[in-house]
Formats: sequence, C-alpha cells, structure tokens
Amino acid sequence: MPGDSIIELCGVTKIYSLPAGDVVALDRVSLTIENGEFVAIMGPSGSGKTTLLNQLGCLDRPTSGDLFINGRNTREMNDRELTSLRLNTIGYIFQRFNLIPLLSAYENVEFPYLMKHRRPDSSGRVGELLAQVGIDRAMATHKPPELSGGQQQRVAIARALVNDPHILLCDEPTGNLDSVTGQQIMEMLTDLNRKGRTIVIVTHDPGVARYAQRIVTVRDGRVA
Amino acid sequence: MKDIILQLALRSIRIHFLRSVLAALGIVIGVVAISSMGMMGANMTLSVTEELSKMANIVVITAASGSEGGPGGFGGGSDEKISEEDFQEIQKIAEKYGLVYVVYRESDRIKVGDREGRSTIYGLDEDVMRRIFTLSDGAFPKSTSSVIVGPTLAGRYDLKVGSRIRIGDEDKGATTTVKVVGILEERGMSNDINSDMAIIGSEKLFTGIYGNEGEYNQVNLILNDINDSQKARTEILEKMNRKKTRVNVQDSSRMLESITSTLGTMTTFVMAIAGISLLVAATSIFNVMMMSVTERVREIGIMRSIGAQKSEIRRMFLYESVVLGLVGAGIGAVLALGIGWVVVLAMVGSTDYFFLPESLVYIPFAMLVGIAVCILSGVYPAWRAADLDPVEALRAE
Ligand SMILES: Nc1ncnc2c1ncn2[C@@H]1O[C@H](COP(=O)(O)OP(=O)(O)O)[C@@H](O)[C@H]1O
Ligand SMILES: [Mg+2]
Repeated sequence: MPGDSIIELCGVTKIYSLPAGDVVALDRVSLTIENGEFVAIMGPSGSGKTTLLNQLGCLDRPTSGDLFINGRNTREMNDRELTSLRLNTIGYIFQRFNLIPLLSAYENVEFPYLMKHRRPDSSGRVGELLAQVGIDRAMATHKPPELSGGQQQRVAIARALVNDPHILLCDEPTGNLDSVTGQQIMEMLTDLNRKGRTIVIVTHDPGVARYAQRIVTVRDGRVA
Repeated sequence: MKDIILQLALRSIRIHFLRSVLAALGIVIGVVAISSMGMMGANMTLSVTEELSKMANIVVITAASGSEGGPGGFGGGSDEKISEEDFQEIQKIAEKYGLVYVVYRESDRIKVGDREGRSTIYGLDEDVMRRIFTLSDGAFPKSTSSVIVGPTLAGRYDLKVGSRIRIGDEDKGATTTVKVVGILEERGMSNDINSDMAIIGSEKLFTGIYGNEGEYNQVNLILNDINDSQKARTEILEKMNRKKTRVNVQDSSRMLESITSTLGTMTTFVMAIAGISLLVAATSIFNVMMMSVTERVREIGIMRSIGAQKSEIRRMFLYESVVLGLVGAGIGAVLALGIGWVVVLAMVGSTDYFFLPESLVYIPFAMLVGIAVCILSGVYPAWRAADLDPVEALRAE
C-alpha cells in the first residue's frame, strides 16, 4: 500500500574522526523513503552522498540519530542482525562493481544465495537472473577481470537481486560506464522499480536522475 | 554441499601458491623434527628396555645392615651375612617363584705371574654356575682348585685356560693358587653377580680359603616369570621382616623404571627443542595469513557489505590456515617415516622397533601439534579480518 515508509532517517549525523580533525559527513539528515519509491540522491562530489547511502544500507552506524528500516530502529540491532538485513532485505550496487575477483560471474551471483540458503541454487534462479541482465552461460564462467565494465555491472545487478530484496541501493551505478550501457542499466532499474522494488540511486548526472520520481539534493552533508 | 567459503580459501592458496608452499614447508620441517625425535626416543627406550629385561628376572636378597634400606646396589652389599637358617626360610618362601641360590663373595688381592691386583672372588654351586653362565672358552670347574674368570679380568691379566692365579695376601702368608679352566662370556652390568671382573669358584673352594661356611653374602632368586618380581619381593619382605628387619630385597624392575623414565625425560627435552622449529613455522604461517588479510581487505569489505557474517569471514581465513596445516602435516608425516627411519638407524643402531605403535604414534602426535600450531597462528589474522569495518574495507585500494 502506498504511503508506508520503508526507510526513515531521523536527525542522522555521521562524523569521521581523522587525525587532522573531525569531518562531519552527514549533518542531522532527516529523510523518509516510501515503499516502492524511486529516489535519486544528487549533489556535488564530497557532499556526503555515499556516506548517506551507506547509512541506508546499514553498512555503517550513525554517530547520532536514528535509522528505521521497515519500522525497526537499527540502533537496537547487533552486527549479526544488520548483516542479515543486508543479506535479505537490501541489494547494493556499487560504482566500482565490487565483484569478488576469485569467483566466476556465476559464483558471484550465487554467493549471497549460498549465504542465505546454505545450499546451492537448484531452482536455476542464478542462471535466470544472469540471462535477464544479458550474461550468457559461457560468459558466466569468466572471472570479473575478464569481463568489461558493463558486463561486470550487469553481474553486480544480478547479484544484488538474487535474494529478492525490497530495497535496491545504487551508488553511481553508471559512473564507470559509457552512456549507451548506462542507459540500458537505468532501464533495467526502472523496470525493477515498476515491479515494486524501492530504489535509491546516487548520481550527479541529471540525465540519470530523470528516471527517478523524486530527487533529494545533498550539499555539505545536509539535505536541501 | 558446495562450501563457497572453503572454495575462496582454496583459491586464495592456489593464487599465492609459492607463498603458501613456503609457509607449509615450515610445518613440514616441524612435523618431521618432532616425530623423528619422538621416534628416536621411543626406539631407544624400547631397545634399552629389551636389553635390561634380560636381567629383570633377578631378585637379590641381602642381609639388612642395621639401618633400613642399607647399601645394596650393583652386586655390592653390606658386610652383614645371611645365615643358613635365614636362607632355608627364604628358600621355602621363594622356591615357588624360581631358582634360589646362595652367593659367597669376597674381595681379595691376586697375583698373576708377577702382576698384582684385586679382584672379587665368588663362591657358587656348580649346578648354579652352569645355569647362569655361558663360557666362551674352556669348561666349568670340577675341582676345588679350578676356577672360571670373567672376560675383562682375563683380558687385563692375559689369562687363558691353564693360567694360574694366586689369591690372598702374600705378607700374611695365606695364599692359594688356582687354575683357570674356563673363560666367561661378557655379561655386562647386573645386580646379581658382576662376573666380568671376577674369579668364580665352587663353594668348597671359597670356604676353603675364607671359611665362613653357611654365612652368605647374598641370596639370589631367578624368577620363572618376570611379572612375579613385585610379588616375590613383597612376599619375602613381609615374611622375613615380620618381627625384625632381617633382609633387604632388590628387584630390577625399579632400576628399569628409573632408566626408562630418564630416557623419557630426555626424549621430551629433545622433542621440545624440535618444537622450536614449529614456532618458526607458526611465525611464517602467521605472516602469510596477515598478508592474505591485507591483500583481501577490499574483498572482505565486499563480502561483508552483501551480507556475509563476521563468522564466515573468520571461517574463510581459518580454512586457509587449516589447509596449509593439513598439507604441511601430511607431507611431514610421509617424510617423517623416511627421515625418522634414518635417524633411528643412526642413533639407536637398530630399526627393530620402528614400526611398533609406541614408535609410530609420534607421527600422528606431531601432525596434531603441527595442525594446532597452524590453527593458532591463523586465529588472530582471521579475527582481524572479520572485525574490519565494512565501509573502511570497501574504500581500500
Ligand atoms: N571513511 C571515511 N573516513 C574519513 N572521511 C570520510 C570517509 N568517507 C567519507 N569521508 C569524507 O566525508 C565526506 C563525504 O564523503 P562521501 O560521502 O564519499 O561523498 P560523495 O559520495 O558525495 O562524493 C568527504 O569529505 C569525505 O572525504
Ligand atoms: Mg561517492
């Protein structure tokens, strides 16, 4: 049903303590994302977009403030619970693809499946997802360094989808791709959003942000 | 089931093959060193025990010399004598365990040609002589003027069958000349009779020179069954010393125990020294694991960010060190069979006992120690890897 929030940030501050002094990467950010929304986060480089996305993805804990996922306060969850939230509820797509270099494309997609189900995929889901993103069987046996950037990002999308997450977080997913490939990836994401997934995408490309229903602008760690 | 975590560990080893081989080599050396030293000790103990068991069937009874426990020792003894009555009693108690016989013993001056010296002279029953001694030359004495001599004494004084020895102190005028009719085979150290440096004659010959008939220096019991040693000792002590401490009883099992325990201590010590090589191996495994963690920081970040638990990261690195340990210990075990065999042959001189369980057990033992060392060296790197902050790890280049 529309109107129920899947992600809610309340006054989230993130401070990195460096020898040279503290860096306030996020400054009392409050933000609500509804179930099924397609949100783009925009802002100049160094404004705190990645930091914000890492908070949404439960990769990091706020220095202060609260983050609710599906109504649950992540402050009350331990590392184990946050990890299984990342495994089951959240799919993450990175600018640098971040595939595991020792594993083949197929195994990279299978990895979260194995972590979740503790048995190999016998339903053919991994192969299906790879086919959907345009990676054929032969290509799936290759290791990431043998694939092009676009192919790697397709594999990464298949990996993010393998456990059927409600939320898809993408950090400049087209940043390292040519415009044609970037467009294909964006169409793929739009399609996934139409099928009901909540998508948050970080970008500084207005052409990419056009696909989103709502644009959130970040400047100096604050949401404008 | 396909364990992707194990796969990752194996692939990491394969990619850094040379480095992994070098780390495992340390374990190989450690396992070979520990098991060879252990096997050497075990084989030494087994062969010494076998040697000593040949004389473990002897129980020596001497007269108690006032103070409890008295000297005794190797064939030595107190000046106290065992009387004929006491001997009869001992024989009644002990004859069911084996042969009981009496020993006359005296130390005296001797002269061969114009060479003078001292020797122990034993007086023994002729039948007993035949039972406990083997001759290398000549025959057992048949008269009261003939003797047999130990090989060491024979060597020192150039004694042959037919040689003559004068026993006794010339200055005191009381000397007896005896004829050598037989030379004994070497018998080694023993706690009943030290025959190698002695002159042995009949009881009559002995009492003819020294008198003291019916006053024995010791009574020996040769057991039919070695396992009776403790039982015989206890029974003799209990019955003979009921009212008053009359006799001391020595069995060889205690000496055997003390020698075996000394060898055991020595083996442990040598193995501990060999264990130092495992310490070196531990350092190199630790080093390799830390390198592996550092190299794979980004990979750890990726795995953590897509939902791998800390425990799974830990497992991945522990697998890596366990595999190195297993491979190293396996190769070490195979090599230890060969190298251990050579070491035992060189140090003990015989590999008769090499394949006995007491000896071979050191191989699995060393393997376990080697694998344990590997796991322990992997624990800290694995823990470090699992505790990395995912965001920091993802930023790594
Ligand atoms: N792990 C970190 N440690 C220290 N400073 C960081 C860290 N991550 C980000 N920052 C700092 O926080 C600010 C925001 O960074 P980031 O969120 O990566 O910006 P963006 O993704 O918008 O380019 C920057 O000033 C950056 O240097
Ligand atoms: Mg960024």
